[in-house]
Amino acid sequence: MTSVATNLRVIQALGMRSIRQTFRRPQLMAPILVFPTLLLAVQTGGAGGAVHLHGFPPVQGFLQFMLAGAMMQSLMLAGNSGGIAFAVDIEMGFTDRLFAAPVARYTIVLGRLAGVAALGFLSTLWFLAIGLIFGAEIHSGVAGALIAILLVTATATAVGGIGAAIALRTGSASVVQGLFPLVLVVLFLSSAFFPVDLMIQPAKAIAEYNPFSFIVEGVRTPIIADVDLTDLLEALLAIAGIVVLGLVLSARALRHRLRVG
Amino acid sequence: MTAIAVEGLERAFGEVLAVRGVDLEVDAGEIYGFLGPNGAGKTTTVRMLTTLLLPTGGRATVAGHDVVAEARAVRASIGVALQDAALDPLMTGRELIRLQATLQGLPGAEGRRRADDLLERVGLTEAADRRVGGYSGGMKRRLDLAAALVHEPRVLFLDEPTTGLDPVSRKTIWEEVRSLNDEGTTVFLTTQYLEEADQLADNVGIIDRGRIVAEGTPDSLKAEIGNPHIQLQLADESIDAAERICAELGRLLPPTDGRTILVEVENGAADIPRVVRALDEAGIGIESLELVRPSLDDVFVATTGHHLEGESAKPPATAETVEA
Repeated sequence: MTSVATNLRVIQALGMRSIRQTFRRPQLMAPILVFPTLLLAVQTGGAGGAVHLHGFPPVQGFLQFMLAGAMMQSLMLAGNSGGIAFAVDIEMGFTDRLFAAPVARYTIVLGRLAGVAALGFLSTLWFLAIGLIFGAEIHSGVAGALIAILLVTATATAVGGIGAAIALRTGSASVVQGLFPLVLVVLFLSSAFFPVDLMIQPAKAIAEYNPFSFIVEGVRTPIIADVDLTDLLEALLAIAGIVVLGLVLSARALRHRLRVG
Repeated sequence: MTAIAVEGLERAFGEVLAVRGVDLEVDAGEIYGFLGPNGAGKTTTVRMLTTLLLPTGGRATVAGHDVVAEARAVRASIGVALQDAALDPLMTGRELIRLQATLQGLPGAEGRRRADDLLERVGLTEAADRRVGGYSGGMKRRLDLAAALVHEPRVLFLDEPTTGLDPVSRKTIWEEVRSLNDEGTTVFLTTQYLEEADQLADNVGIIDRGRIVAEGTPDSLKAEIGNPHIQLQLADESIDAAERICAELGRLLPPTDGRTILVEVENGAADIPRVVRALDEAGIGIESLELVRPSLDDVFVATTGHHLEGESAKPPATAETVEA
C-alpha cells in the first residue's frame, strides 16, 4: 500500500474516532447542536421583530436570517470542542500512541480535523432541516443548501485547525475550554446574529473586517437571496486565510510539542 | 546483533539536564531492564528512543535506525506501551487495536485478524466490545500491550508496565513479556521495581539522576556487591561460641542484635549444611536460618548511596528462610 493511501486511511480512522468520541461524550455534543439550537429558538422567538427595522436585509423571516448565524455558532463550537478533545488526548497520553506510529505526524492533526469537518457537515444538515421544518425557505434552493454545506464544513475544518494548534501548544483542555467565551465574542462581533449595517461603532467597524462576517454572508446570501459570486468568493478567501493560519500554527505547535515532549 | 545503541544521550529541559550522557547497548533478543527511581530519567530516555522527544545531545539507534534522522523507520520497527496505559476510555478494546493496526499500515482485513488474535492472546476477547473506561488496571495494561504488538515489532518498549498493578496482574504481564521474548522480541523495560528487573531482565541498567550508574546482568551486579550471607537466629544465648565457630566458616558481618549472627559465605546455599553441622556439633540450637543474597537494592544503594524509592521497606526478595 502506498504511503499516501496509508495516510488517508489513518486520517479516515482518526476522523471516525473523533466523531464517535463526540457522540459518546455528551459534553462535547451539547455545544455543537443543543446550545445553538436553543439560541436560535430564543432569538427567533424574542427578536423576530428586528426584520422590520430600517436597513434590515429583505428576508422571509428572522429564522431564515438566523440560520447562517446558528450554523456559524455550531461550527465554531465544534472547532472548540475538537480542540478540547485533542487536548484531552494529549493530557492522557493518547497522542503519544499516535505519534509513536510510523505515519506522517500531520495526519494526526488532519484526522482530528476530518472529524470536526464531519461534525460541521452534520450541523449544517441539522440547521437546514430545522429551518425547513419551521418554514424558512432556502431561497437559492439545492444550490444554496450545497453552498451552505460546503462553506460551513470548510470553516469548521479551518476553525478546528486553530483549536488543534492551541491544544498542541498548550496541551491543556482547560485552556482550550477557556476560549469558549472568546468564540462568542468573535461571533457577536460579526454579522452572525445581526446585520452589520444596524450595528453601532466600534462593533460595526470590527464586524466589517471580521473574516467570520464574510463567511456568514457567504452562507447567508444563498439562503435569503440568489447566489452572489462576490459573497461566495469573499467567504472562500476568508476561509482560506483561517485555514492557512490554522495550518501554520498547528505545524509550529507540532514542532514545539516534539521539542518539549 | 545490536537492537539498541545509545551514545552520550542527553536531554535538557531549559537549565535542567534530565538525561546526562547515557550510554547503553541492548542486544537483539534480550530483555533489558532500565531501573531507577521516579525522576531518574527513565521515561525521558524512552521517549527519546521512541522518537517522541528530540535529544539535545548524543545519538541513538533503534533496530539499526537513527532516532532523529530515521525516526519513521524507527517507529515502524518498535512497539510502545507507555506509562499509565494511555487508552481512550470511550473506545472499545477492539476499536483501539484496530486503530493501532491502521496506524501501523496493516490492511483492513489483516488488521481485523490481528486484533482478534491479540485480544485472544491477552485474554480480552469477551471484553473486546466493552468500553475501555470499564476495564480494570490489569485489563488496560494487557490491552496496551496487545496494541503495541499489532505489527509484530522487533523491539518492544515497555515503560513501567506493572506500576500500580496487583501481584496477580503483574505476574500475568511478566509471563507475557517472557513469552514475547521467547519469540524473539527485544524488550526494553523500564521499572522501579527491583524484583521485576531481577525476574525478567537479562541485563540491567541502573539510572539515577540522569546517569547510568551500574550495568550488567542481575547476577554480576549482585556479585560485585559481595557474597551471600547466612542469617542465623539462635535458640539460646550461646552467641559468643556460635560467633567463634562461624568465624572459621566465613566472614562475620556486624550483628543486628544479641541473638542473630550474620556470616558471609562464599558458596551460598552449599555452605548451609557446613554451618548447621558445626553449630549442632557444638550443641548450639538454631531457631531459624536465612540465606540472604545481595539484591539489586544493595547494588542500587552501593552505586547511588540511597535506596530505590518504596523498595527499602520491602523484605529482601531473595531470602530463603529455613525454620529450625
